Amino acid sequence: MEGRRAVSAVLALAFLIGPLVLSSYWIGLLTQVVILGLLAMSLDILLGYAGLPSLGHAAFFGVAAYAVAVLSTGYDAGFWTCVIGGILIGTALSAALGAIVSHVRDVYFLMITLALGMVLWGLSYRWIPVTGGDNGISGIPSLESHAGLPVSGPLVFYYVSLLVAAGCAAMMARLVRSSFGLTLRAIRENEPRMKSLGFNTWLHCYLAYVIAGLFASVAGVLWAYYNGFVSPTYLDLTASSELFLMVTLGGPATLAGPVVGAGLIVLLKNVMSAYTARWLLVLGMVYIVAVLTAPQGLWNLGHRRRT
Amino acid sequence: MTYLITQSLNGLFSAALLFLIASGLTLSFGVMKIVNIAHGSFYMLGVYVAYSVVLRTGSLWLGAAAAVAVVGTLGLLMQRLFLRRFGADPLPQMMMTMGFALLFRDAALMIWGGDPFALPYPSWLSGSIEAGDVVFPSYRLFVIAVAGLVAIGLWLVSDKTLVGARLRATVDDPEMASAVGIHVARLSGLVFAAGAALAAFGGVMGGPILGGYPGIDFDLLPLAFVVVIVGGMGSLKGALVGSVVVGMIDNFGKALVPELSYFTLFAPMVLVLAFRPTGLYGRA
Repeated sequence: MEGRRAVSAVLALAFLIGPLVLSSYWIGLLTQVVILGLLAMSLDILLGYAGLPSLGHAAFFGVAAYAVAVLSTGYDAGFWTCVIGGILIGTALSAALGAIVSHVRDVYFLMITLALGMVLWGLSYRWIPVTGGDNGISGIPSLESHAGLPVSGPLVFYYVSLLVAAGCAAMMARLVRSSFGLTLRAIRENEPRMKSLGFNTWLHCYLAYVIAGLFASVAGVLWAYYNGFVSPTYLDLTASSELFLMVTLGGPATLAGPVVGAGLIVLLKNVMSAYTARWLLVLGMVYIVAVLTAPQGLWNLGHRRRT
Repeated sequence: MTYLITQSLNGLFSAALLFLIASGLTLSFGVMKIVNIAHGSFYMLGVYVAYSVVLRTGSLWLGAAAAVAVVGTLGLLMQRLFLRRFGADPLPQMMMTMGFALLFRDAALMIWGGDPFALPYPSWLSGSIEAGDVVFPSYRLFVIAVAGLVAIGLWLVSDKTLVGARLRATVDDPEMASAVGIHVARLSGLVFAAGAALAAFGGVMGGPILGGYPGIDFDLLPLAFVVVIVGGMGSLKGALVGSVVVGMIDNFGKALVPELSYFTLFAPMVLVLAFRPTGLYGRA
């Protein structure tokens, strides 16, 4: 535990004061880590705590981002309409899909969420009148001007994202330590026993799915403002599986691990693509090496897996 | 009416290709509980390998044979060296296949470049068949017939041979199967390799029409997964029925509401999942 605590403190410090000394390129990368870290944490609730391996989680992220894009560029909606609209639409989608997938488990869950995620990707790719197809939608206003903040710039956006992500992370940490979180872990370990103890396991899994969708939507809203455009790549299979990799590489059921995973993938992606065009080849190898060498995730190296 | 018949035949053609892809996917799922993200890559590699061979020799038959042999071997190696060690643990297996899917895509881009191409038609099948008002390309009918033959062949193997009996036993209960002396690991390798080869064969069959391009792997994968989910995971009969259902819906969906293609697949999947969570022919 000591080692983990020290690492957490160093990371928190880096997130807090790092951007003050970094160039704007690195602030941009760190912003990506913060937003994708939030997204990876939301998947961790499902994958790590509830034991529901979702391979379509990027869909909520992407749909929320699309909602912001469509509302702000197509309807000239104000800042709060976009933010609340994006979160509501993403969450409503997870509430609808959750009703379909919450009674399946394990590998079936994996396959069905994969198919649902790809159906939504297909919608973003082909429903051209609304989504702009492959070109996506550009021209999303910057968060600072849209919200009417007196200051602007990458540093401002970074600290807004950090504040939102830290708030969400605190809520998620609270959630997984609550009796609800304990029940989720118990369902992961032994669902029939929890059922016979009188727990409504379907409802717990369903709520976990919706909550994960909610936090993914928050990340999606931030991401839309960060990039200023949206495209189908936000919700394709590669995005969902990269997310999956962040969680498993970092360490499932730790919340902090997925952030580390997100950081590694973002850094690796940007550093590697500066040196080689064969980034996909490298990423493919990262998957294989990660599965072979750190099946429990980096955050759990040297620790017994917390159950 | 003519339109309906033509579109139905087109739907059957999609179903034929889907069956070639999904039968391997569903069988390797049944035996190894593996969600194979690289299965679309086998299809893609099939088209590319066949293309290289056809360019050099001019023979589509040699191309098909090479595609089946190369991709089948690749599948066998992948299963032996990387997947077998995980037994039937779905998460690491899935991650592994995801890694391979990315590797294969980038390798294909490196070797064959990014230009789209199509395989040539066999000369004796380049015309069309006319029946009344309906004019239909004979190559598409040929593919439908070939897939039908493959389906019959797979059914004969799984229902009438010892290997098939072992296969069905392993799908039903891998632990009991290995307890009664079935070599589950060897069977898994065989099924995985055969599935890869079938997908590659599907690639060659679809090559003259769909062609090959980077990204075709992930274009077909969702369709194949929906087939497996609708039909029931691990069931050959399910793969056949699912292919026809998905092929038809996808085809009519594309023809009637092009901007919602893919999304039209949502309906059958949700209906099946709501009433039969394990798919039409799957068992829990």
